[in-house]
Amino acid sequence: MIEYILDWIIAILMLSGGMFTLLAAVGILRLPDLLTRMHASTKAGALGVALMMAAAMLHFNDLVVIAKALAVVMFIFITAPIAAHAIGRAGYFVGVPIWVKTVKDELFNRYDSDTHRLRSGLETPEELAALKPSKDKPRIRVSTKK
Amino acid sequence: MHIVYLLTFGLLSIAFVLIFIRLILGPTLPDRVVALELLATVAVAMTGTYAIFTDRSSFIDVAIVAALTAFLGAIGFARFLERGGPRDD
Repeated sequence: MIEYILDWIIAILMLSGGMFTLLAAVGILRLPDLLTRMHASTKAGALGVALMMAAAMLHFNDLVVIAKALAVVMFIFITAPIAAHAIGRAGYFVGVPIWVKTVKDELFNRYDSDTHRLRSGLETPEELAALKPSKDKPRIRVSTKK
Repeated sequence: MHIVYLLTFGLLSIAFVLIFIRLILGPTLPDRVVALELLATVAVAMTGTYAIFTDRSSFIDVAIVAALTAFLGAIGFARFLERGGPRDD
């Protein structure tokens, strides 16, 4: 009896994990620009992997496997937002076009691509003068010594 | 149970194909990086399914390594994009 119920739970977890992963794939194919695509891929993809690993935990029912599967889930949940943040930041600063119907872009004209500084818009004039790049200093340092 | 395994493999395979279409189409390099990262995530899910399908728990280790490599690759690509060399996309 309990085996039967467990089989059903595993089947539901596996199928829903596959469905969520497929949803992430559809989102990454259909959505209009980089940020919305990342919004689809990170959350739905991480949930799909988590459901699949939960199914594996129930299927093997072994302490070592449960620990490993939990490690996978924790790793995915920690690293997916970090990677999405890094790629989104890089994409925005590289100048990837954003969707026409985007309502707000708060970072517009705040980023200096030469010095890689991001201004908050609340600086005092002295701070702005200190942030201004000095033109005579080369960006690429040839020797490691200053 | 067998039909459930096959259905899950089918769903994940369709996901693979859709992500590959975006990987080929992707107008810019960051789009392709996002598609590659999701591809690795689907690979992790598929490894988990395969571990259940073959009833061998060793495949969970493969899933751990795949997730680790995908994260490192994504961070490296983001770093390269932000401060890297010449781009033409």
